[in-house]
Amino acid sequence: MISFEIPKEVLAENRVFAQIATDIMRPNALYYDEHEHERPSEFINAIWPIVRDRYREKWEQMVSGQANAQDDSRQDGPDTSILSFILMIEMMSWGDAGQYLCRPGRRLGGTAVEAVGTIEQKIRFLKRFTEGDQPAWGAMAITEPDAGSDNSAMRTTAVLDEETNEWVLNGEKIFITSGSLSLKESNGFCVVWATVDPSAGRAGIKSFVVEAGTPGVAVSPSMDKYGIRASDTVIVSFSDARIPYDNILGSPEVQQKKTSKGFQGAMKTFDASRPAVAASAVGIARAALEYTQEKLAEAGIEVDYTKPRHQLTAVERDLIDMEAQYKSAWLLTLKATAAMMHGEGNRLEASMCKAHAGTAVTKLTLKAVELLGPLGYSRDFLVEKWMRDAKINDIYEGTRQINLLIVARTILGYSRRELK
Amino acid sequence: MLDFTLDEEQRMLTDAIHRYAEERIRKVFRQADEAGEIPPEIIQAGWDIGVLPAAIPEQYGGFGDHYSAVSGALAAEELAWGDLSIALNILAPGAVAIPVLLAGTEAQKALHLPLFCEASLPHLAAALVEPLIQFDPHGLQSTAVRHDNSYVLNGSKCVVPLADTAQTFLVYANEHEKTQAFFVPADANGLSVGERDRLMGLRALPTFGLTLTNCRIPAENKLGGEGGIDFGLILNHSRVTMAATAVGIARAGSEYAREYAKQRVQFGEPIAQRQSIAFMLAEMAIDVEAARTMVWEAAWLLDQGRDATREVTVMKHFVDDMVVRVADQALQTLGGYGYIREYPVELWLRNARGFAALEGLAIA
Repeated sequence: MISFEIPKEVLAENRVFAQIATDIMRPNALYYDEHEHERPSEFINAIWPIVRDRYREKWEQMVSGQANAQDDSRQDGPDTSILSFILMIEMMSWGDAGQYLCRPGRRLGGTAVEAVGTIEQKIRFLKRFTEGDQPAWGAMAITEPDAGSDNSAMRTTAVLDEETNEWVLNGEKIFITSGSLSLKESNGFCVVWATVDPSAGRAGIKSFVVEAGTPGVAVSPSMDKYGIRASDTVIVSFSDARIPYDNILGSPEVQQKKTSKGFQGAMKTFDASRPAVAASAVGIARAALEYTQEKLAEAGIEVDYTKPRHQLTAVERDLIDMEAQYKSAWLLTLKATAAMMHGEGNRLEASMCKAHAGTAVTKLTLKAVELLGPLGYSRDFLVEKWMRDAKINDIYEGTRQINLLIVARTILGYSRRELK
Repeated sequence: MLDFTLDEEQRMLTDAIHRYAEERIRKVFRQADEAGEIPPEIIQAGWDIGVLPAAIPEQYGGFGDHYSAVSGALAAEELAWGDLSIALNILAPGAVAIPVLLAGTEAQKALHLPLFCEASLPHLAAALVEPLIQFDPHGLQSTAVRHDNSYVLNGSKCVVPLADTAQTFLVYANEHEKTQAFFVPADANGLSVGERDRLMGLRALPTFGLTLTNCRIPAENKLGGEGGIDFGLILNHSRVTMAATAVGIARAGSEYAREYAKQRVQFGEPIAQRQSIAFMLAEMAIDVEAARTMVWEAAWLLDQGRDATREVTVMKHFVDDMVVRVADQALQTLGGYGYIREYPVELWLRNARGFAALEGLAIA
C-alpha cells in the first residue's frame, strides 16, 4: 500500500537529533571546517550517550535471543529502526556533515560485525558501544592507493601464522573515515579487508577486526580535504600486524567460485550504506536549500508556487529546480530505505538513490553559491562549505559512475564481464 | 507506514491496463498517430476496464467507494505507457468527473456522475487552456459574469479534447479574479466549436478550439454552486494525473531504448555494452523512478486531504523536464533509426514536449 507516512514514533525519536543538529552542530560548523584536525568534542560528547543507550537495547537482543538474532530474516512487521537511522543521518548532515562523520558508535565496522560475525564476536567486539563514558568508534578499511572503485584489486594480505594461530597483516589502506578515532583515540576497532590468497581474486578477500593499539598498525595524521574537513580521514599501514585467528569475520575458506561470500558480504553492506550516504547528501541539500530560500526571501524573492512556469524569473526557476533535486533525491532514498525495512532486496534502489542524491546535492549547492553571490562565496557563511561538503557524496560508497554501472548492469541484465 | 508497493487492488488494476496497453494500444498507436484518429473499438476496450467508474461511489452508479489520486496516477501511467493520445482519450471524461466528485453540489453529482458509469465513453469535455502565450490557469482571459439567474461567458479555448462530439462542456472562466467552472451544453447559443487543433504531438487525439460569445447559461450550472470551487485543488489533481502520463511515456522510451541497445550490434557487440550508452540508459531509469516517486507523493498527499500545491508544482517542474530529457535520450540511443517514423521514439518525444508547453493542460 503506497504510503509516505513516517510513523510518529520515528519522528519523535528524531527530535533529539534535530536539537543537537540545531544547537551544537550548526553553531560549530564553521569552526571545525576552519580547524580541520580538531575533534568536534561538543558534538561527540552530546551524541555518545544517546548512541550508546539506543544501541544497548539492540545489542542485548542480538546477543541474547541468539537463534533469532542469527536469522534476522523476519520479525514482526517492518523494521523501523532502519528508517530512524536514515532520518538521523539526514538531520545530522543538515546540522553539519563533517561533524556527523565523527559520530561515535559501531559505524560501518560494527555493522560488518553484525552482518557476518558470530555471537561470540558480536559480544567481544560490539559490547564497547553499549557502555562507558568514553566513546568508541568502529571503522572500515577497504580502499587502497591502487584499489579504489576496483576494490577486488586490493593487495593488503592476511597470512595465517599457524604456530601462533594469528593473522599477519601487511599493506596500506587509505581514506579511512574515523580511522584515527577508532584505532588511536578510543578503544575502538577497524574492520580491514585483506586477501588471504592473492591468486584467488575476489574469493580470497576476507575481513578482519583490528583492535585499537595493535602493534604494527600505523595511523597517519588526518588527510587534508576539500570538504567534510571535520571528518577524520586517515591512511593506515600494516607492517606484520598480528591479530588473533578469531578476528576474521565469516569463513576463512577460499571458495573457488566467481565471488566469495566474503566479498558479497562487503557488497551487501553497500546496499545499506548507499541509502545512508544518499540521506547525508539530502541533509546537506536541505540545509543549502532552506538557507538559499531564506536569504532570497529576505531580498524579496519568493517563489509563488501557483504561477505558471513561463511567468517565473530565472532565479525562481532555479529555486524550484533545486527543490525538485532535493525532493527527488529524498524520495528515492526513502524508497531504497523502505525496501530494506520491508526485508526486500534493494541493490538497484540503493545505487539509484546514491547516484541521484550525490549529483543532486552537488548541483544544488553549486547553484546555491551562485544564487547568493558574494554571500555564497564567502567563508563567513556556510554555503560554500556545503558545496565542498556535498561533493564527497558523489564519490564515496561508490562514485556516481560506479553506481550508474550497477544500475545499468541491473536493468540490462548484464554481468560484470558484459558491461565493464 | 512508509511503503512503495502497490496493494492487491492496485496491482490488479495496473496488470489489466498493462495487458490492454500492450495487446491493444501498442498494436495501433502509430497508425492512429499517422491517421489522426483512434479506432473506436480501442477506445471502447479501454473504457471497459472501468477506471473511472471505479472512482465513483455506488450511489451515483459507480462501483467504487472513493476517488484515489494514487490509483488514478497508477492507471494513467500504465495507459500512457501504451500511448498518450489514446490514454487521454480514455481519461478525458475524468477531467469532468473528478472535478464534480471533488467540488460538485449534491445535485450536480446526482445529475452528472451516473453519465460516467455507462457502457461507453460519455460525451463530456473540459475546456481550460487558452490560445495565449501568457496562458495562466489562475488568471484566465475567458470571463464569467453573473446576470440575475444566469452567467454570461466570453472567451476562447483550445486543446479541448473530443469537443466535436461533446454534448456538455465544463468551461473554466474568470469570475472576480478566480477561476470557476461552468457546465455549458454543446448546443448553447454563443458556443461554437472551431477547427481541430494541429499539434506537434497528440495527433491521434482530436482536440479543438472553442469560442464563447455572450454564451448564457443558468446560474446553477456553476460547479460547486454559489460558492464555486477551489480551483487549486482541481488543478493539483489534474496535474498529478497528467504527470503520471508523462512518467508512462518516459518509461516507454526508457524501456524501448534499453531493449534496442541490447539488440543493436556495432563494432562487434551490442551498443548497450558501451558505457556511453549504458550510462545514458541508467540515467533514464533513475529519472523515471525519481519522477514516479514524486508523482506518488503528491498523489498521496492529495488523498490525505492535504494542500499539496507546492509539492505538485515542484513535481510538475521536474516531470515536465524529465519526460523531454528521457524521450530525447531514447531517441538518441536509436541514432538515425530514432528519427525514422517506423520506430515509436520520435512520437514519444513529440508527445513529451507538450507537458511543459501546454502549461496547466488539464484534460485529464
